[in-house]
Amino acid sequence: MADQITDLSAVELRERLVRGDISAQEVTEAFLQRIHALDPRLHAFLYVDTEGAIAQARQVDEQVLTGARRSGRELPPLAGIPVAVKDNICTKGIPTTCASRILEGWRPPYDATVVERLRRAGAIILGKTNLDEFAMGSSTENSGFGPTRNPWDLTRVPGGSSGGSAAAVAAGMAPLALGSDTGGSIRQPAALCGIVGLKPTYGRVSRYGLVAFASSLDQIGPMARTVTDCAILLNVIAGNDPRDSTSANLPCPDFTRALQVEVRGLRIGIPRECFVEGLQPEVREAVLQAARLFSDLGAVCEEISLPHLDYALPTYYLIAPAEASSNLARYDGVQYGYRAKAGDLYTMYARTRREGFGAEVKRRIMLGTYALSAGYYEAFYLKALQVRTLIKQDFDVAFQDHDLILMPTSPTVAFPLGEKVTDPLQMYLNDIFTIPVSLAGLPGISVPCGFANGLPIGLQLVGRPFDEETVLRAAFTFEQHTEYWKARPVTSDTVTRDKVKE
Amino acid sequence: MRENATTKVQDEFEIVIGLEIHVQLLTASKMFCGCSTRFGAPPNTQVCPVCLGLPGSLPVINRKAVELGLRTALALNCTIHPQSQFHRKNYYYPDLPKNYQISQYQYKDHPPLASDGHLTFEFDGQARTVRIRRVHLEEDTGKLVHVERDGTVLYSLVDYNRSGVPLMEIVTEPDLRSPEEAREFLSRLRTLLQYLEVSSGRMEEGTLRCDANVSLRRRGEPLGIRTEVKNMNSLRAVEKALSFEVARQREILQAGGEVVQETRHWDERREVTFGSREKEEAQDYRYFPEPDLVPMVLDPAWIEEIRRTLPELPEERRRRYVEQYALSPHDAALLVENKAMADFFEATIKLFPQPKTVCNWLLGDVTGYANTHGMEFTDLPLTPEKLAEMLKLMEDGTISIRLAKEILEEMLATGKDASSIVAEKGLVQIRDEDALRAIVEEVIAENPNPVRDYRAGKEKALTFLVGQVMRKTSGRANPDLVNRLLKERLHG
Ligand SMILES: [Zn+2]
Repeated sequence: MADQITDLSAVELRERLVRGDISAQEVTEAFLQRIHALDPRLHAFLYVDTEGAIAQARQVDEQVLTGARRSGRELPPLAGIPVAVKDNICTKGIPTTCASRILEGWRPPYDATVVERLRRAGAIILGKTNLDEFAMGSSTENSGFGPTRNPWDLTRVPGGSSGGSAAAVAAGMAPLALGSDTGGSIRQPAALCGIVGLKPTYGRVSRYGLVAFASSLDQIGPMARTVTDCAILLNVIAGNDPRDSTSANLPCPDFTRALQVEVRGLRIGIPRECFVEGLQPEVREAVLQAARLFSDLGAVCEEISLPHLDYALPTYYLIAPAEASSNLARYDGVQYGYRAKAGDLYTMYARTRREGFGAEVKRRIMLGTYALSAGYYEAFYLKALQVRTLIKQDFDVAFQDHDLILMPTSPTVAFPLGEKVTDPLQMYLNDIFTIPVSLAGLPGISVPCGFANGLPIGLQLVGRPFDEETVLRAAFTFEQHTEYWKARPVTSDTVTRDKVKE
Repeated sequence: MRENATTKVQDEFEIVIGLEIHVQLLTASKMFCGCSTRFGAPPNTQVCPVCLGLPGSLPVINRKAVELGLRTALALNCTIHPQSQFHRKNYYYPDLPKNYQISQYQYKDHPPLASDGHLTFEFDGQARTVRIRRVHLEEDTGKLVHVERDGTVLYSLVDYNRSGVPLMEIVTEPDLRSPEEAREFLSRLRTLLQYLEVSSGRMEEGTLRCDANVSLRRRGEPLGIRTEVKNMNSLRAVEKALSFEVARQREILQAGGEVVQETRHWDERREVTFGSREKEEAQDYRYFPEPDLVPMVLDPAWIEEIRRTLPELPEERRRRYVEQYALSPHDAALLVENKAMADFFEATIKLFPQPKTVCNWLLGDVTGYANTHGMEFTDLPLTPEKLAEMLKLMEDGTISIRLAKEILEEMLATGKDASSIVAEKGLVQIRDEDALRAIVEEVIAENPNPVRDYRAGKEKALTFLVGQVMRKTSGRANPDLVNRLLKERLHG
């Protein structure tokens, strides 16, 4: 029974919950059981809130489900559905570490807006998922508490930084998860773990309570095994928040209404700059095959150009670290988190940060501090802002004649653990196709579009600002015409079987 | 000192002073969160994730603070920038929870709230105009509390109640030419801020803080090297500190030396400025646009509304007092300088429509009492109703001027009203002619010599006799009546 429940999508779970076939507690316990069975080897979670989740589930059973069944009232959208939350999103009273030693043990006194919305929608928060420290990385190997493994191959990375959320969903430890995406941190791990991950338009989802990495790029988004589940989760978390000045004051549509199998007449641009050296041949083939499928379904696929794409990576690695250097200044040992012992203030600052932060975080803080320093500001930070504008303009031009842009999510499939840890530049190249989209603030989704040597490949679909609907419609159409999303990682089953044999 | 600083030095050197004024804005809530700004609450009781700088928290601009900034900028004749930007000023200090301060920095494309204004005022009989470089908004820091034993700091605590309180910074061009002028400017600015109801303007409490840049140059030469003087906690301290600094720099320059560019602190007790011993490194604040706040776009209609609803400003009020109430320009200026007193004045003359009398009492006895007791006007337990009542008692002859002064003193000391003091002490004027005649008889009998003098034509002797009657009645006799009765009796 437990295995069956954890195989279900959020939509299927809801049907059974509404009918009364299963209770929220049964659902929650099934996922918790699977976490306890699988996570010792996957390490997708940094914290599992077993008691809190069961208590929440009971409350939903008693107060929400029973009442709604009796009165025939509509259930809150996520009533009784478990969700895993990336550990850089604040959860009241539940540890929030950003996978950093410097925040070890910190329990926020408040819920992020998205968490408030999850609770209001009846969701059960299972726990907090692993990530690259402060979301800086593409493999979850930069976690201060050990890496997460890819459910498809335990010797490989799940991608990052939302690697914990991606692995949890892929392995059936949660039907839904929240991730955050700054330069590809939702889409790339979704691609590497064979699930669906959506980065909404910058401003679509409130950042209040998301521990900042790079404020002008960070965006929370849904991760799930189907496009429909992503749309349902997006419905809950999206919308204006007066506590986040950068959240857009726009009406939010019901994103599930966009889920139609229909792409006829849709004009899809395919940037030629994406098909270059370094792109794994199987990824290239899978993406082009996806384009052919769209053509067959009546969409118009054309080659386009994003001339400044080459500059996206260096631009990102000036802007994001610059903002990070300031955002992470508050971790100083004074008020919360780790504090090193020292005789004077300056030494306390220095030791706390030296001992509390990992290597990649320190690297980016130094890069960013440098980029903002007097004498370098104009040449680096300001120049990067100007190039960012050019990249945005590239997309604006492309979207004059096209409704959607199609490209790979990541240049390769999941790579072995340890392969790129010592080569930051090689690691940064993982996000070469997701970063430009982040710089332009556009909505982008990654959906499974094939396999290479048994490892998932992701297809990225990018839309106009605040046009998540077209992105979702195209992704849904693609999903309904393919079977890739139905595949389940063998590893996790093996793990479960091993467990059962014991 | 005063002469040294100005008269002599101006012969050889020109003094160049510019001010940076930090004003705590009178908003109910903080700059970027909803916490109260109330002063004096127990430590760390007026805090939230935003003003504690907790991970994940985000700032939201306080519209009221922007309105107060705009009110000031308009009153200072500034150009309002329809779109302005907040920046992060990065530096480490334990009272700064995020280790950056949200402020407004000047870049070409990112102007502050307002710039390029001026304030004109009269000084030394001349109209002086000081240009305002910029007006911008920012957040205050928390406060460190050092726990000491035997003079050494054992540990420090942080109170974040002040963290995030709205501040407005006003920066002048270096247009001030003497410490006295700087003081006068600051005093005028403070009055203006009080009229605008933007700030309480209490330097002693730190709701108005002033730093000054000071340099000297030989006439016609380019600007000299400046020092920045901090920690001046009153108008008087500003004048004294600047005078000291001017004299110090002059001595150095006259001896052929060079002024060191540095920050110097005013030591109120020793009356000197001193530099910090450490070598000052040029601090790099790594300003950059605050990515958590979108550019602030101001609705022109809103700016117009604020302009339209600006209150009467001190300069206008001064003019009106001279024209409408026939006060002397000097009295009008003194009255207007203290907004609370001027408001009090207007309320009182509604009840007792004799502007000159009311003005005299306020500037005379009332101010005198406040000064001798080291109190602010607003601390006095006097109301317009109470003052008007006392003045009426005086006008209808119930009490004499002398008595009125005594009664006022008691009113100010106890907060009681005039009629109850009069009743309590039996101070009502004696206007009973028969009662007074008996006393007049006594006085005449006791003072044969003055009586003789008066009858011989020495008018002055009468004053003496009136005085004697007043003494015998403890001042309660009506002087006019005594005068008449004495004359009748002596002439008769
Ligand atoms: Zn607050």
